[in-house]
Amino acid sequence: MPKNPNIKKVLVIGSGPIIIGQAAEFDYAGTQACRSLREEGVEVVLLNSNPATIMTDKDIADEVYIEPLTTDVVKKIIEKEKPDSILPTLGGQAGLNLAMELADEGFFETHDVNLIGTTALTIKKAEDRQSFKDTMEKIGEPIAASLVVHTVEEGEAFAAKIGYPVVLRPAYTLGGSGGGIAHDLEELREILANGLRLSRVNEVLVERSIAGWKEIEYEVMRDARGNKITVCNMENIDPVGVHTGDSIVVAPSQTLGDKEYQMLRTSALNIIEELGITGGCNVQYALHPESFEYCVIEVNPRVSRSSALASKATGYPIAKVSAKIALGYTLDEIPNAITKKTYASFEPMLDYCVVKIPRLPFDKFITARHTLTTQMKATGEVMSICTNFEGALMKAIRSLEQHVDSLMSYDYSQLEDQQLLDELRNVDDRRIWKIAEALRRQIPQSEIVMLTGIDEWFVDKLANLVGMEYNLKTRKLTPELLREAKRMEFPDDVIAKISGNTAEEVRRLRLENGITASFKMVDTCAAEFAASTPYYYSVYGGENESQPSHDRKKVLVLGSGPIRIGQGIEFDFCSVHCTWAFSKEGWETVIINNNPETVSTDFDIADRLYFEPLTPEDVENVVAVEKPDGAVVQFGGQTAIKLTEALMKMGVPILGTSADDVDAAEDRERFDEVLASCGIERPKGETVFTAEEAKAAAARLGYPVLVRPSYVLGGQGMRIAISDDDIDEYIGIINRIAQDHPILVDKYMLGKEVEVDAVCDGNDILIPGIMEHVERAGIHSGDSISVYPAQTLSEAAKEKIIDYTGKLAKALHVLGMINIQFIAQGDEVCCIEVNPRSSRTVPYISKVTGIPIVPLASKVILGHTIRELGYEPGLQPEAKHIAIKMPVFSFEKIHDADISLGPEMKSTGEALGISESQSEALYKAFLGAGINLPKHKNMIITVREEDKEAIVPIAARFEAIGYRIYATRGTARCLNEHGVHAVRTNKIEQPHPNLLDLILGHKIDLIIDLPPQGIEHQHDGFLIRRNAIETGVTVLTAIDTAEALITSLENPNLKDLSLVNIAEIG
Amino acid sequence: MHESSCRCLESDSVFLSDLLTRTRKVNDVKASLILEDGTVFTGVSIGSAKTAISEIVFNTSMTGYLEILTDPSYAGQAVVMTYPLIGNYGICYEDQESAKPWPDGYIVRELSRLPSNFRSEDSIQHYLLKHDIPGIAGVDTRALTRLLREKGTMNGMITTEDLSVEEAVSRIRDYQVGRVVDIVTCTEKEHIPGDGPKVVLMDFGTKGDIAANLAKRGCDVTICPAHTTAEEILAMKPDGIMLSNGPGDPKENTEIIAEIRKLYESDVPIFAICLGHQLMALATGADTFKLKYGHRGGNHPVRDLMGDGRVYITSQNHGYAVDPTSLDPSVAVPAFENVNDGTNEGLSYVGKKIFTVQFHPEACPGPQDANYLFDRFVSMMSTTERSL
Repeated sequence: MPKNPNIKKVLVIGSGPIIIGQAAEFDYAGTQACRSLREEGVEVVLLNSNPATIMTDKDIADEVYIEPLTTDVVKKIIEKEKPDSILPTLGGQAGLNLAMELADEGFFETHDVNLIGTTALTIKKAEDRQSFKDTMEKIGEPIAASLVVHTVEEGEAFAAKIGYPVVLRPAYTLGGSGGGIAHDLEELREILANGLRLSRVNEVLVERSIAGWKEIEYEVMRDARGNKITVCNMENIDPVGVHTGDSIVVAPSQTLGDKEYQMLRTSALNIIEELGITGGCNVQYALHPESFEYCVIEVNPRVSRSSALASKATGYPIAKVSAKIALGYTLDEIPNAITKKTYASFEPMLDYCVVKIPRLPFDKFITARHTLTTQMKATGEVMSICTNFEGALMKAIRSLEQHVDSLMSYDYSQLEDQQLLDELRNVDDRRIWKIAEALRRQIPQSEIVMLTGIDEWFVDKLANLVGMEYNLKTRKLTPELLREAKRMEFPDDVIAKISGNTAEEVRRLRLENGITASFKMVDTCAAEFAASTPYYYSVYGGENESQPSHDRKKVLVLGSGPIRIGQGIEFDFCSVHCTWAFSKEGWETVIINNNPETVSTDFDIADRLYFEPLTPEDVENVVAVEKPDGAVVQFGGQTAIKLTEALMKMGVPILGTSADDVDAAEDRERFDEVLASCGIERPKGETVFTAEEAKAAAARLGYPVLVRPSYVLGGQGMRIAISDDDIDEYIGIINRIAQDHPILVDKYMLGKEVEVDAVCDGNDILIPGIMEHVERAGIHSGDSISVYPAQTLSEAAKEKIIDYTGKLAKALHVLGMINIQFIAQGDEVCCIEVNPRSSRTVPYISKVTGIPIVPLASKVILGHTIRELGYEPGLQPEAKHIAIKMPVFSFEKIHDADISLGPEMKSTGEALGISESQSEALYKAFLGAGINLPKHKNMIITVREEDKEAIVPIAARFEAIGYRIYATRGTARCLNEHGVHAVRTNKIEQPHPNLLDLILGHKIDLIIDLPPQGIEHQHDGFLIRRNAIETGVTVLTAIDTAEALITSLENPNLKDLSLVNIAEIG
Repeated sequence: MHESSCRCLESDSVFLSDLLTRTRKVNDVKASLILEDGTVFTGVSIGSAKTAISEIVFNTSMTGYLEILTDPSYAGQAVVMTYPLIGNYGICYEDQESAKPWPDGYIVRELSRLPSNFRSEDSIQHYLLKHDIPGIAGVDTRALTRLLREKGTMNGMITTEDLSVEEAVSRIRDYQVGRVVDIVTCTEKEHIPGDGPKVVLMDFGTKGDIAANLAKRGCDVTICPAHTTAEEILAMKPDGIMLSNGPGDPKENTEIIAEIRKLYESDVPIFAICLGHQLMALATGADTFKLKYGHRGGNHPVRDLMGDGRVYITSQNHGYAVDPTSLDPSVAVPAFENVNDGTNEGLSYVGKKIFTVQFHPEACPGPQDANYLFDRFVSMMSTTERSL
């Protein structure tokens, strides 16, 4: 079937801010889909509240709205843009839910908009619990039997029918509390009785336990004619019980025979046929490890994290093909973009093994338990490709950038055997390291299999790696041994460390014996057809297929690795735009990255793609083959910056600001000299190495002080200390993270935090705009609300900021991007941080000013001047609208994480609010971040002593718009004394009814909780904040945020939002 | 699970200390794969240490190595597995497509040292050894596949002997394979009783799952040796005749083709797979040709040209194909075509209850999407309708 000619203008909905469980993969899918639609001459209208995405670029869509993802906004856009169709399956669950809500309302029908791709009916059949169950029963596909019960007796009868063990899930309890697994009648009675008591609605779901079964996924596609294919299957190394997003996953499945493989494949195809999917779909299975019995766990009728992974693992572009199917094409009409000879109606065959490891945020939430459950916690992931599993695992480990490079990176040698065995039962992010330790102790593999539920095939692979460690330790490092160690992808420095050589000696032995990496192609077809897409991975042993030409100048662009708190999708935006800019200038582009969720690792972004870890050794292997004329490091975040020195050693010129100048910005003493030479103030501070030195420094500076390691990202390890005790504790924490660099102790300054991104061509400086943070200094810039253009700065302060930016850029010989953070108090401005690289705010400021900052910086790096590129140097004229970047957190996903904000970054993503009115911009930004108020108009305020006076006017404003205020004793007294009515309520440790009862009563909109500073108070209010988050109550822990929120709610036109088309800016 | 005879992992592999692993023999024997163009791949010997000369073909399936090994169509060929990790789930004897492995040689990147599956009864290492199949592991199978793709299928030698390349190449050049159907076909009839239609299955090297698919549908199946005459078959008064898959160049089988011509002229419904499909085409005046490197794998899309134009993903194993330009449209018309390269994948015979396919609807290994064709055959046997 050819393209449907009636589809001319399509609305695509993105997935909104990056949160745990909904990350960069939807920007990848959405971007690919938009390009695929426009390739067909279709006009694309895009809605996404996330300004850091590539899909919200005017290069990707025709009309771009960075507005909150609400039904009102979608309606307005449809009324204004009049699209004929809407494609809802590319924006994750958020986009899908939104479209379904409008479909239910009948809005699309009355406005002549067609849902294209998978239909509303299909989506309901897949998503609604009951109709999914009915559908599966109809076609004889098994699902885990379950029943909602209201009494113990009902539960007993059902459990007797389905057999033990059973899983008990009480409805509406906090974090699944009160649930559990019952292995027999006695346990069932106990857990069920308790669960029913705890459940607000006296309801418990009794479900057959499939924990311990193999978890297998299939990515399948279907077109409207009924052609169906499987793109890829994947096997989770962890058995059912861990969210697939938190599990180590291998593709294709390794322990399934053809009978099992085809049984599940046939099942998946039957399911999508029955559901009538048109596009991509993910089907998850639990497969009994000792029989052919299986259960369908769930079906996702849309692109997903798994489909992004499958696309990168196979080279099959699921989102692109899904978009074409939505336009009416059939699979056999869509060419395979990799082979160009075959069509999308075939199944990729892999001749390699792919391993994905999740990137978990426990380095940011140090109090959180590391246990992995069915609630996903990972912020991102890495993927690696190799011809053997051992090598793929080793490459994935070192791609994580978590100070791990082998199975020896976490030391469990101090555990007693029994402790270690107990630990093996506990599923957490470090289990493979614990298994390695168990193998070192010769604990039988069968016992490890029994304790972990992990298939012995995988355990044996870990044993093979442990065996190699042993061989390297005990044998002479012969070329043969080295060759085998490299085949398993042991890095040179790990081999050196184990074998007692230096990395340089290992490298020399390697090169002398011709043991070098070769590159193989990902071609979708196991070499059956010639492929023209240069997408490579490295292996040791074998022919090198990467034969680059060298007829043009060639640039190496380093990606930013896995998405993590502090280094998110923004850097992928920058890397991709840099690649495109170099390409437009006639350069050949080469990207190295290891993140399967991103646009940068799509096979048609750079001329050549290497899916590899970002370590010096791995980068050197690529450099040896590609011989680039230069490398760009300023767009790939700290990951790329850290590779600068290594690249220079390899003889690769750094394009843009030199490595020495980067060092001058990051080295405290050299930076002090730079500031002094420019006549710029900075908070007084000292560089120390020990806690004693830090305390002495703090005494000289006076508390409070800011303590942090140098070379940080996202404020990692950064704290405000108010006493010597705090310093002792913080430095302990800092030292737990491997540190080669000194520790900085600065005087902590109050004031407005201001941020500037600028482009410098060596002579002139272009400042797109000045951003001001709503929260006062002390809260990490990534967690602050950022306002462009700055609203409260004095003219004198602005002048100084412009002046200082110019001076610093010149003093640091910046060629390309620079990011500077200032603190402004009145007319006084001092500088707190300079990053001679692209920053988190670049995508946001690019979009709201309409200035393509990354392409400009890239061209400047190539020798163009700002004037030549058509821009007047200096601060650009302010836009007429106000654009607000709102941080978004994923606290509800991480148990035990403290949500109070400080200098350590905790947000996972951001939303934009843009409007000509500040209060509307704020309102949109809050709405975009999921804070949709008012609802019940009840709020709780509990404030530390020093902020009691300051909260009064804010409380009064909430009261004025109709809020009922609850407060604990001290706060209530203060508010009442100042004429704000507050209902006094008991603290959480006091008798019922208390604060917790209020929160659990589900009638509270908002909690303003300002916890006291300092380590000993860290846990005050922790329970309130956690409970609030888990019941979906908004919690603000900074007074400035609270003020911003009330300002936004005072906007009279809450329901009638204006729209700003980003494509029309600039 | 068999422990004893794991002979190898990979070339240059280094064995773990006995302290850490199950006991195993350290017994690396170097082996080489020499191709007729003089290309040499080195690795370690797996299975038998004997020398084998054979046609080298590659299969891209990611699972189903045992089904491939026991598919008689591989007689006279050595198989390269493009998927690098083979043997992961061991040997489940019930998955065999015939009683023994048929390839002359086996070429892999890596054999799993530990088979892991609840049904596994043996390791692949031991299985190859038991059946005296020579093989080589540690080969850059992707480089080898690229070479075969570019130059076309070649003959080659797997050996543990220390031969000069010249000597090996001259021996490879002298090698000729012929009459492989005679090697793989059964010698006596076998009867699988059933209540449904009576089917005679001509065994040119049949995979066990063809008979199993018929039996599953209630057919009464008699498997006959390849050289059974048409008279004898028709005398059995079958409701339908099934022509099986099998190895080699279809044109070699001149006597069989003559018998098939007689079957064509009878009014008995016929369903043919792979070699059977080619033989029926030759018997009715069409021609076959050798593909550059064949179709072997589980991901081949074929388009149904007679029905709604749908595409099915199929299991395939063939080195020859019917030339569609040689068809007499009054005799047979294309029923399926390969979406990738447009080659013929099936024929429907005009005025006859005969349809034939190049791919494998019995799957095993591979997708079961085309399994419905057995239903079509069964219903064809019970109606009087002709296929065109």
